[in-house]
Parts: sequence; structure tokens; C-alpha cells
Amino acid sequence: MTTTASLGFKATLLSLLLLALLLGVWHLATLNNTPAAAAPAAPLTAEQVEYAKLMGKDATGTTPTAKAGFPTLAQMGAVMARQLSQPFYDNGPNDKGVGLQLAYSLGRVALGYGLAALVAIPLGFVIGMSPLAHRTLDPFIQVLKPISPLAWMPLALYTIKDSAASGIFVIFICSIWPMLINTAFGVAGVRREWLNVARTLEVKPLRRAFEVILPAAAPTILTGMRISMGIAWLVIVAAEMLVGGTGIGYFVWNEWNNLSLPNVIFAILTIGVVGMLLDLMFARLQKAVTYAD
Amino acid sequence: MPTEAQTTLVQVEGLGKRYPGASEPVFDDVNLTLSQGEFVCIIGHSGCGKTTILNVLAGLEQASAGHVFMDGREVVAPGLERGVVFQGHALMPWLTVRQNIAFAVRSKWPDWRAAQVDAQVLKYVALVGLSPAIDKKPQALSGGMKQRVGIARAFAIEPRMLLLDEPFGALDALTRGTIQDELLRICAATRQTVFMITHDVDEAILLADRILLMSNGPQARVAEVVKNTMARDRQRATLHHDPQYYRIRNHLVDFLVARSKGLSHGRAPAHPPEVCPGLDSAPPAASTAPHPLSNPNLLRSQRKA
Repeated sequence: MTTTASLGFKATLLSLLLLALLLGVWHLATLNNTPAAAAPAAPLTAEQVEYAKLMGKDATGTTPTAKAGFPTLAQMGAVMARQLSQPFYDNGPNDKGVGLQLAYSLGRVALGYGLAALVAIPLGFVIGMSPLAHRTLDPFIQVLKPISPLAWMPLALYTIKDSAASGIFVIFICSIWPMLINTAFGVAGVRREWLNVARTLEVKPLRRAFEVILPAAAPTILTGMRISMGIAWLVIVAAEMLVGGTGIGYFVWNEWNNLSLPNVIFAILTIGVVGMLLDLMFARLQKAVTYAD
Repeated sequence: MPTEAQTTLVQVEGLGKRYPGASEPVFDDVNLTLSQGEFVCIIGHSGCGKTTILNVLAGLEQASAGHVFMDGREVVAPGLERGVVFQGHALMPWLTVRQNIAFAVRSKWPDWRAAQVDAQVLKYVALVGLSPAIDKKPQALSGGMKQRVGIARAFAIEPRMLLLDEPFGALDALTRGTIQDELLRICAATRQTVFMITHDVDEAILLADRILLMSNGPQARVAEVVKNTMARDRQRATLHHDPQYYRIRNHLVDFLVARSKGLSHGRAPAHPPEVCPGLDSAPPAASTAPHPLSNPNLLRSQRKA
């Protein structure tokens, strides 16, 4: 007990040190970006002033172009504080709080993923229980599985003719494979003796599916669901960059167009944290259905 | 030949099993009967098809020849009138002891209310002495306790016949003895018909009314039926004081060590004779005199050799 506790303590300490080190490197690397450190600009010629005006910049030359470049830690902190203080504001299509954008993304993932689970788990049961179904469907699965979900996007946009639904379809198509394959694998691997117990007790097929096969295969199925959720969360960002409108992926793209790197970095961190929380949730579920034999 | 009138429960006729691609069947022309309330053990070397015969009786496997009749009806599929105790206990690890047995009880009586199911579960858990562990998962139980749960589950559906596939094979000798006593007690109380596979000669003599001896495979058969002539209220503690015990035991060991091999390839009779070692006028083996080997361990090692 004490050894695990001290191990945990050491690990936390080292993690914090590593974080401090990374932040230190960041700080040192961005030292020259501060406005004070910028060298005073040389007087501009008339043509240069004209050009600067055309480019929408301050032509007086008094404030140098300090905004561009990687943000300092202080700028980053300010952006994070501002974003976190009002995550749900909505000032029109291109200016929404990060919480709102996350809600859009999570909604899409939930819908696409839920539909995929509704298809994949029953179909996986069929494939797992029937060797004929397995042999029949295997070539299709093997060909469709390695396709990048985004490759479906043009086809989805053309057939569905709705960008929001296309995004959901992309999540659906990328979530389905790990769930399908793991469910089939788990169902096919249910121990013969448990099935024999059910047979000698004349258990009806539906009850056998829900009370014997499902709990027996649940750990494997949950593993597939966990992998699918990970992939769905990866894909939603890319899909929303393509589809646009709302969502955390669109937020990243929009802030890149605004050249607002602090917001981009903030969004990246948010994506990571939410992804971790989703994974943690599935880890909990997995633990709940796992049985020791 | 059985002298008293007994009602035949199970009739096995000409049973055979040939696996695809094999030149000879594992066993063929197996004939046997089980009477109501009888405890029958089957003994034979590994590979003679004992487990297959039991699975056919259970309806889990199909024979390639012959028929099994129970109460005059042919057995073709598993059914609730036949309870099976599996070799590897086969408990569902995600259910507690109570839920495992309740699963079986609800299969037999789907219309029962929860309280009725629970009462039945409690009754049979108490019968195998596991009431304190009723809400534990199988992983928290010892091997002997798990096997007890398996037995309780089979008994709880009150089957006409109980099939046990070497239920104590994985247990240590002390635990085995305790559960044997328990099984003996429960069977005496319920007048249960039992068909059991075992490798243990002493176990067979303690538990069985009749012992079926199988010759070696391929083409194994039930070569002989040994009637247990000892009183039915025999006890594990006093069994070995009865001289009759050694006569039966020597007969069984002689068969397994010396004779079963020579009876493979279908050389055993299809309709096995019933013998009463020590009481027959013409004993088949030279073992009427008290056997010099009274050390069970020596016999045990012989048997395994």
C-alpha cells in the first residue's frame, strides 16, 4: 500500500516537473515575441505606408507587428481565462463560446456513435453467432474498414445533401467498425460450457442472448466501443473543419483563419481533455462489466 | 440380472460414435440401462468415449449410431429433465452463487414469482452447505465450493436424471471426500437417478449401485457391469473395513489394469454381463482370495500407469 502510494506521489511530482519544464521552454522560446522586445521600426517610405494601408495594417508604424507569432504564456493565460469565464456566449455564427462549440461536437458524436452502436452491436451478434453470416459479410467489412472516414464526405454530401447530416454520417461510418468487429469476436468467443449450460436448461434464444452471451461478451464489446469513441472524437474535428458552421473542429479552423493562435492552442487542449474524459468514462464502464474467471 | 422389479428410466441401444476421417469408431454397440433411483458410475481409460456417451445422454452431442430412450421417448436434444454437472463447473462468473442457481430455477419454472425462485435457491444452496457464501461471485470461491454450486444448480431444477462428468476430478482428496459424502446424502434423500463418469475406483464403489466398465478405445464398449453388493448406507469412513470392498475394488482394478486393453477394437461383448465380485460362482478374474495389495495408494498408482 505504502509503495503504491509513494509511487503515485513520485509520478505526480515528476509529471508536474515535466509540465513546468515544458512551460519553461515555451516561455523561453516566446521571450522575443513581447512587444517591448521588438526593435523600433525604420521610417517607412510613402509606398510602404500605402502598402500597409492596403493590407489593413496600422500604417503609422508606431506599433510594430507584435501580434503575429507564437503567443507567450501570459497571452495564453489571458485567452484561457477569457474563454473559460464565459464558455457559452453566442455572438453570431463566427463568434461562439468554446463550451457551445464543444456541445455541438459532442452532440454530433453522440448521434453518429449512437446510430453506429445500434447497427454494429446487433449485427456483430449475428456475425458472431453465425459462421455463414461471418463468411458472407467479412469481405465487405475488410474492404470498408480501412477507408478513411473523411473519404466518405463527398459522397455523403452529394447523397444526403445536408452538411450537418453528412458530419454525423462520417462519425457513424468511422465508429461502426471497431464495435462491429469486437462484438462479433466477443460473441463468437463465448465459452462453449456456458452455452451448454443454457442448452441443458432449454433457455430460449432471446434470453440466452441477453443473459448469457451479452454479459459474457460485454468486456470485449466495451473494448470495441471504447476504441470507436476514440476514433469518433478524432474524426469529428477533421469533419467539422470540412463541413464548417459549428463545432470544436470548426472553431479551430476559424481561429486559424483569424490567426488567433492562442485560441487554436486553447481549442487543442480542450479537445484533448474532453477526449480523455470520454475515454475515462468508457474505462469505468469496461471495469463495471469485466468479470474475473 | 436385477432380481427386484425396477422401472427402467433410460435405455441406451447400440450407441456408437465415429468422428469424421477416423477409420474406427471411438465406441460402438454400447448398450446400457439405468433404473429409476439408481446411481451408476462409468469407469474407463481416457479416450474410450465416456464423456461423449454422457453428452449424448444430455443431448448435447449426437451419436453416429444407436439410440437413447428416456421414459420411452428418444433423447435428441438437451432438456430440463436431465441435469448436468460439468467437469469445469461452468458457473457464470458475472453472477453470484444465488444468481447462478436462480438462472437455472427460472429456466425450469418461468412463471414463478421472485420469492418462489429465491426459496428454491436457498433450499438447494443450504443442501450443499453454501448458505454463507450465497452472495459471492464464483471467483471468490474455492474449487470445491464452485463444484458444489454446480451440483446445487443441477439439483435445483429437480431433474429426472442427473449427469455428472467427472465432477470431482479437479479437487484435492480431502475436499473430494467431503463432497462425495454430501452427494451420497443428497442422493439418498432425493432418490435421484445419477449417471456419473469417474476415474476414481474408490469413488465409484462408495457412490454407485452399479459400475459400468468400459474397454479401451477405439471401438470401446461397456464390457462389464459390476453390481455393488455392499449395503446402500455405506460410509466413506467404514467402507474399507468391509472385506467385500476389496473384492469389488480388486475386480475393478484388475479390469482397468489387465483386461480393458485386450477388449478394445470391439472385442468386448455388446451386451455386457452383470457380475457380483466375490459372490459369483465363476469369477472372471483370479481375485476371489483376499488381495495381497491392501495399500490403496499402490493400486492408485497402478491404475494411473
